[in-house]
Amino acid sequence: MKKLSKIYTALIIFFMYMPIVVLILFSFNDGKTMVWKGFTLNWYTDLFKDSQIINSLWNTLMIAFLASLFATALGTMAAIGINNFKGKKRIFLQNASNIEILSPDIVTGVSLMLMFTLAGVAFNFKMGFLTVLLAHITFCTPYVVLNVLPRIRHMDYSVYEAALDLGCNQWQAFRKVVIHELMPGMFSGFLMSFTFSMDDFVITYFTRGASFQTLSIQIYTMTHQRISPKINALSALMFVVVLVLMVIINIKDRKLEKQNVQKAL
Amino acid sequence: MKLKRPSIPYIFWMVIFTLIPIVLILYSSFTDRNGNFSFEAFSKAFGYYDVFLRSLWIAFISTLICLILAYPLGYIMSRQKASVQNTLTMVIMIPMWMNFLLRIYAWVTLLQNDGPIDIMLSLLGIHTTLIGNQGAVILGMVYEYLPFMVLPLYTVMAKIDKGLIEAADDLGSNKYIIFKKIIFPLSIPGIISGITMVFVPSASTFLVAQYLGGVDDIMIGDVIDRIFWSDQNTGSAIALILMVAILVFLIILNFFGDEEAVAT
Amino acid sequence: MKKFFSAFIALAIFVSCAVVMSSCSGGYDGEINVYNWGDYISDGSDDYLDTIKTFEEEYNIKVNYTTYETNEELYNILSSSNSSYDVIIPSDYMVEKLIDEGLLQKLDYSKIPNSKDLMDNFKKPSYDPNGEYSVAYSWNVTGLVYNKTMVKNKKPDSWEYLWDKDLKGSILQFNNNRDAYAIAMQLCGITPDKFSKKDVDKATVKLKEQKPLLKKYVMDQVFLEMEKNQSAIAPYYAGDIYTMMLNNENLVGVLPKEGSNLFVDAMCVPKNASNVDGAHKFINFMTRADISAANSSYITYASPVKSAKKLLDKDLRESELVYPPDDYLKKCYTFHNVDDETYSYMQEQFVKLMS
Repeated sequence: MKKLSKIYTALIIFFMYMPIVVLILFSFNDGKTMVWKGFTLNWYTDLFKDSQIINSLWNTLMIAFLASLFATALGTMAAIGINNFKGKKRIFLQNASNIEILSPDIVTGVSLMLMFTLAGVAFNFKMGFLTVLLAHITFCTPYVVLNVLPRIRHMDYSVYEAALDLGCNQWQAFRKVVIHELMPGMFSGFLMSFTFSMDDFVITYFTRGASFQTLSIQIYTMTHQRISPKINALSALMFVVVLVLMVIINIKDRKLEKQNVQKAL
Repeated sequence: MKLKRPSIPYIFWMVIFTLIPIVLILYSSFTDRNGNFSFEAFSKAFGYYDVFLRSLWIAFISTLICLILAYPLGYIMSRQKASVQNTLTMVIMIPMWMNFLLRIYAWVTLLQNDGPIDIMLSLLGIHTTLIGNQGAVILGMVYEYLPFMVLPLYTVMAKIDKGLIEAADDLGSNKYIIFKKIIFPLSIPGIISGITMVFVPSASTFLVAQYLGGVDDIMIGDVIDRIFWSDQNTGSAIALILMVAILVFLIILNFFGDEEAVAT
Repeated sequence: MKKFFSAFIALAIFVSCAVVMSSCSGGYDGEINVYNWGDYISDGSDDYLDTIKTFEEEYNIKVNYTTYETNEELYNILSSSNSSYDVIIPSDYMVEKLIDEGLLQKLDYSKIPNSKDLMDNFKKPSYDPNGEYSVAYSWNVTGLVYNKTMVKNKKPDSWEYLWDKDLKGSILQFNNNRDAYAIAMQLCGITPDKFSKKDVDKATVKLKEQKPLLKKYVMDQVFLEMEKNQSAIAPYYAGDIYTMMLNNENLVGVLPKEGSNLFVDAMCVPKNASNVDGAHKFINFMTRADISAANSSYITYASPVKSAKKLLDKDLRESELVYPPDDYLKKCYTFHNVDDETYSYMQEQFVKLMS
């Protein structure tokens, strides 16, 4: 059984990473196409000279990070609240939250643009970083709600009450019990938000204003020509950074686990 | 703790950033180019009924395949040590951080004639065209959205009390009974979240079909994307119909889910 | 779990510091917002000129450079949002539409002395008949590309070959309504510079005939399809065909004998621009012979600047695909704006065709 699970996991991971390998491979291709022409590192050196791409990268990461952080907070609170509604009201709120996910991006994008434009005239502001951030929080939060809700349904409230009885104040009990319980759901919600935010093109496109650009916009608008291998190089680098980060954390976690075991002994 | 208050900020947020946009779409789909009330947009929108049906069908199949692939993986993940769980979660999500369009491109490279997969298959004596058909579109969808099925399933299954399973085991239940009576019912909320997270975006996605499909595989998301630029009214009407169709599907799903949850 | 979060937060703090630092690099005398097609400016890769950096250094004006994908996107953003762009680069028919709707402002050509160096046909082009609102950025025509090993000893020289039954399953067509319809209309005997709903209907019939023979409707995918010998024949922009041929020696580029679409992308200043002076400086800079030549050799479309042509590589300058000969250009047409209803009718028919 154990062997079978390992093989299965490996197969899925292989499926997930096959295209990534291709992507990285072609960042070393000495040509602008998907035809292999020999090895080069030029795309990497060009990448660092390209202030547009670097700038877009920062914008993308900033938006993704801030949006998913806000969305996680907002969505977790919302999920806790929604869970305490009963029956039809709860179903209504859950579906209301899903509406944002199921309206096509272009529609959300255009309608938000119209709204921001009206608001911009009324309150005298221009679209840019802030409007993009608001839009991203809007489409990320429902994913957090979706991830946290099932977790709350399984939560044992008696633990929270026990914590209160044992002298925790409400906030402590909330932090130590509820947040702790919901953490995996919040974490998945955060990851999903981050992913969707990084990938979003259409909504950002409409809400960004005149001087703000993210990576995905730069990539999508290249589709009249060819997508520059600089983008592949960038993806490869990001991949390596995340991988290294993961390995470091994993090693630390393992050490901690070992220490805990030794302490227990 | 039984408070409803924490959801208030989000309800406000939804009113401003979701409700107002929806009202704008409603308004736009019931007017014509000059802003007069009209059903023209809807009658045009229903002209795309075949694309609607095809998109829902592709989304349905993709969701089903995702569920079948993700369920065992979610279960396997939930039985690991905490550190392994975290690592696996990240491993599943990281591919999604590479840009969507780049990933689709990579699939085109993999699937094309004389591409790596084609060569491998022809070594095995299988000669077939891998790209430019509905199968390739579904493959792209499954690839694109599989992680969004795995995560909620894993999150829920990790919550299942191991003691419960051990107890059942001690009481002589076999594996099938344990699955049927404990694991499956308790994982239903995760299944529902997962289906929502895969079905909804895959029904409205665009570009995947244009890159991996053939001459007549475009989906409703592509139609909206194209029509909207030149005719906002019809675009809005199509979007509205799509939203209602998906919403109905989700409401049915939710009722089903709740009854199951009550039954256990 | 918490560690992931803290690692993330650390990363984010680092990122935000870097952003703050990079945005404080200041000291510019103002900034302009430039809005151009994606990957349509020489960007410093592969030893090409970094156009924007050069401009920033010479004029000390910061450029916020953003990109779009289609003329219709540009139009929607420009007409319904309150963002202010200083320089935009739409195509011919879109320039005409923007002029008609009063969304552009007249240029002060005394501030763009380099515009005297424009080729004569771009001084008062058909989309801007008085030459008041625009300065051409680059131009080219549509053409045909085929793979000589895959066309069964034929020598395609006409759009008709895109309807050739012998090549069934390996023909590509534009995934873009205007270009696909233009080809079909030409074969129906309609000049596609302006058209009515009736013309659209005729062309739709022609395109329906073609559909069973097609492999795919493509845009950028055409590069992969042709360069990796996946398809036999395709229409695309001639300058891009030039680069495809460099990557696959089996490919042959031709200018169809019926003539084709001469397209021009031109720099304009929207009415609500906030830095009009900077915009003029940018337009003048992009029209300077050496800059226009450098840009042209990156995007491999022709430069509208007379003395830029001399500065180009011999191969590029003498290629018929990049600079089609004058007698061929006489057979070409340039798109004009059509009314919204006809345009959206064409789009609707095109989408129905593909579904």
